[in-house]
Amino acid sequence: MLTAMILLPLALALVVLFLPGDEAQKARLAKLVGLGGTLLLFAIGLVLWAGFDSSTAAFQYIERAEPFGGLFSWHLGVDGISLVLVLLTLFLMPLCILAGWDSVKTRVPEYIAAFLAMEAMTIGVFSALDIFLFYIFFEAGLIPMYLIIGIWGGKRRIYASYKFFLYTLLGSVLMLLAMLWVAREAGTTDIPALMAHDFPLQAQTWLWLAFFASFAVKMPMWPVHTWLPDAHVEAPTAGSMILAGVLLKMGGYGFIRFSIPMFPDASVQFMWLVFGLSMVAVVYTSLVALVQTDMKKLIAYSSVAHMAFVTGGLFALNTQGVEGAMVVMLAHGVVSAALFFCVGVIYDRLHTRDIDRYGGVTTNMPRYAVFFLLFTMASVGLPGAANFVGEFLVLSGVFQAETWVAFVMTTGIILGAAYMLWLFARVMFGAQKNADAAAMPDMNAREWAIMVPLAVVALWMGIYPKPFLEPLKAPVESLMARVERANPPQTPHTKIARGDVQLASATEPALAAAGHEDILPAAAGDGDTK
Amino acid sequence: MTLAQSLAIGAPEIMLAAGAIVLLLIGVFRGDDSLTGLSWGAVILFALTALTVVDDAPDRLLAWNDLYVADSLSAFLKILILVGAGASALMALPYLQRVNASRFEFPVLIVLATLGMFVMVSANNLLTLYVGLELMSLSAYVLAAFHRDEQRSTEAGLKYFVLGALSSGVLLYGVSLIYGFVGSTDFTAIAAGLSAGEERNMGALFGLVFVLAGLAFKVSAVPFHMWTPDVYEGAPTPVSAFFASAPKIAAMGLLLRVALDAFQGLVADWRQIIIFMSIASMLVGAVGAIGQSNVKRLLAYSSINNVGFMLIGLAAASSAGASAVLLYLTIYLVMTVGSFLVVLALCDADGRPVETLDDLAGLARARPWLATALSIFMLSLAGLPPLFGFMAKLAVFNAAVDSGLWLLAVLGVLSSVIAAYYYLRVVKILFFDPPADVVVADGQGRAVVNNGLMLAAAIFCSPIGYLLLGPLSAATRAAAGSLF
Repeated sequence: MLTAMILLPLALALVVLFLPGDEAQKARLAKLVGLGGTLLLFAIGLVLWAGFDSSTAAFQYIERAEPFGGLFSWHLGVDGISLVLVLLTLFLMPLCILAGWDSVKTRVPEYIAAFLAMEAMTIGVFSALDIFLFYIFFEAGLIPMYLIIGIWGGKRRIYASYKFFLYTLLGSVLMLLAMLWVAREAGTTDIPALMAHDFPLQAQTWLWLAFFASFAVKMPMWPVHTWLPDAHVEAPTAGSMILAGVLLKMGGYGFIRFSIPMFPDASVQFMWLVFGLSMVAVVYTSLVALVQTDMKKLIAYSSVAHMAFVTGGLFALNTQGVEGAMVVMLAHGVVSAALFFCVGVIYDRLHTRDIDRYGGVTTNMPRYAVFFLLFTMASVGLPGAANFVGEFLVLSGVFQAETWVAFVMTTGIILGAAYMLWLFARVMFGAQKNADAAAMPDMNAREWAIMVPLAVVALWMGIYPKPFLEPLKAPVESLMARVERANPPQTPHTKIARGDVQLASATEPALAAAGHEDILPAAAGDGDTK
Repeated sequence: MTLAQSLAIGAPEIMLAAGAIVLLLIGVFRGDDSLTGLSWGAVILFALTALTVVDDAPDRLLAWNDLYVADSLSAFLKILILVGAGASALMALPYLQRVNASRFEFPVLIVLATLGMFVMVSANNLLTLYVGLELMSLSAYVLAAFHRDEQRSTEAGLKYFVLGALSSGVLLYGVSLIYGFVGSTDFTAIAAGLSAGEERNMGALFGLVFVLAGLAFKVSAVPFHMWTPDVYEGAPTPVSAFFASAPKIAAMGLLLRVALDAFQGLVADWRQIIIFMSIASMLVGAVGAIGQSNVKRLLAYSSINNVGFMLIGLAAASSAGASAVLLYLTIYLVMTVGSFLVVLALCDADGRPVETLDDLAGLARARPWLATALSIFMLSLAGLPPLFGFMAKLAVFNAAVDSGLWLLAVLGVLSSVIAAYYYLRVVKILFFDPPADVVVADGQGRAVVNNGLMLAAAIFCSPIGYLLLGPLSAATRAAAGSLF
């Protein structure tokens, strides 16, 4: 099934490129094929979800073939963590195609093909169970995105597309070397096997840093986030939606899938590095977002801040933190895509992203205002909307790990409220400064069709997050079991969990126990200073 | 070893030599009109030769008093050389007819150069090596100056000849030193002689440096790369395609054999040299290409860059490294031939070749498939997944990591990012820039053979190529196995 889900969009991408007819007919057909294909994939995704067994951390829907001469294998499968991310991708894709329905007028078949290829690569990233297969999908996604930004982007699209590509590539190639070493050391390219392999402690440090180089850029974490605002500003609306909604999640997914389970000792060791960068990111990028005059840039910086919550939560290395990070990723995927679409709606009408050009839009676009407000509130973290659940979990997880970090990160929520509400106030309220902005018509049927599903999911995640949390439970638990062997808990909150783990680790080989000895003095030192 | 046995083992070379003479005679009697027939004749000759090569037993066979060796390494390289040479002979046809240079010597020279390359990769003696190298080079000098009426082409030929002669001199000097200090020119005897003595054989080491310098010139590794951009730019495009493919394979294969077979005892010494050349080639190839405005010069720097990556595999000095080099050569051959096929297909309204990058701006509008094919080759040369070029880079980096050459591997991946910039720049020019409308929409509808070759190369470089990994890696492993 997963193989079909990767090959189907690729096949459709080829079909779209070979459509008959003149320019207009081709464009129309291409859009229909694109929409139909992505909707079909979404339906398949729902079937996948329905048949998914949430009670186990094991990978499901496993497919395995050896067409590559034994160097690496075509090995696919999903656990709860990858399942929800695949679903997020499948959910956003049809909306992205709809978002560019009218605004993209040139080279439409290529545009649709690029999105379909992108979808295939993204599904591949989240479902690859072979480390090199993962790398191939991870990098291959860059090419369609490079084309999307470069061909259909704004004025500085060429600069932005280079920056996007080279930045991400630079991070990834170091990871590739680490992957080669890892595969050689463990003697397998299988991700499930690698996740359970104990790597030597000295090596873990270097390997962790190499993987970090890639995922931190992809995430993006401060200070390697600068490609993101450029890429977002120049990308077409649908490009921004997919970039913020799905591509950024690959970084977080990488941390969960590789960095933490493969190098648990190094993850503990570098906890403060990640916390430090996350704290800086939350405060700094929120402040930067506050002074933006470009709507898309503002939302891009807010993405960096939200992603800092994800990294913070992940490296709190406790259940709440990691689960919260996953929920923030999902919520941010929906809400930031929705916010970029909101900007796209008025950008299509006025062709400017300059906040000052708007004002009083509520008067002439009341229905639009409702949705924009909803997503603004969701982004701020208002209880009842998607982000709240995740951010709350992340903060409580971080609080358990390090109180001060939680304190600093909470300021991010306040600053987030400041820049988002101020953005909303400047664009939607106040006097109608410009006649053209005042003359913008309200949403049309197509825009309704995009807004409503996004709004429904954003509220659903906020009010009843259980269906989204359920598949995460088992894999996060097994991840924690893996981490706690390297990081015996120090705080009273997790004592109970510790008891379980000690039972489990009693059966572990002596090698892993030796690992504890090395890491313990450092951990104890941390405890003393508090 | 009887003469009959030697003749049987050397059958591929004998066939090529006899075939070249027959083709030459036909050409002399039938005149320039026979170009098309002769080119196809050369291809058929190559196909027949390929059959005799494959027919060879996989184990190591020595012939002609151990001057000549036939093993799975030489067989693998010979097949690659035949593919490169055959493609070059075919793809030149429309070009030669278009620019009124259809002279019958072209396929004959290619066959003779191929013969030289065959001797090179089957050399088991420094003198056999030299004879093969010279036979290849002399044919190549003439080919570079094939446009004898055009200044650029004759300049390229002369430059290639002077620098090539210099490098041959350097190589011969090294050979003489080795003979003097080891007492033999036979690879097996050199290996035995070097490992026998307790003391370090400084004289042989000097000889090795000179031999490596001479061979580095042929593979255009930095610092012996200076001729490459000029010759590629000046020589007729199909000739550049030929230079970038088959001779590179022969010289790289030869380098493998000399380094890993004859000088296996001096690994620690030559490894430093190879590492330096590798890093320098990767960096110079990556940085030098950024400012280029001519496609052929760009491809020249690209080939320098790629040779740097191949040398990583050699520096690993392991079986995995050697098989990585062979895999790299295979993929590189297809990518390079494909890129030059696209360049050959580019011509303006008057049928003149278009070589400036600026003139390719917005090619995706006028010739979408051509632009797509060139993009595939460029991204594949850059080693970006999911294109097949990635596998080549993965293999050499894997070998480097295996041998613990971390610095080399890290510098390698970093320079691949620099190189990605200029490959992406080509894609940007083709797809993002407003059309320059220099290349006409229906430039080369008739060149069915070229288009077919281009399509095949593009499919090979696309993700579909990964399906060939099984047989390919088995073949490269077997070929590398004959060195260890």
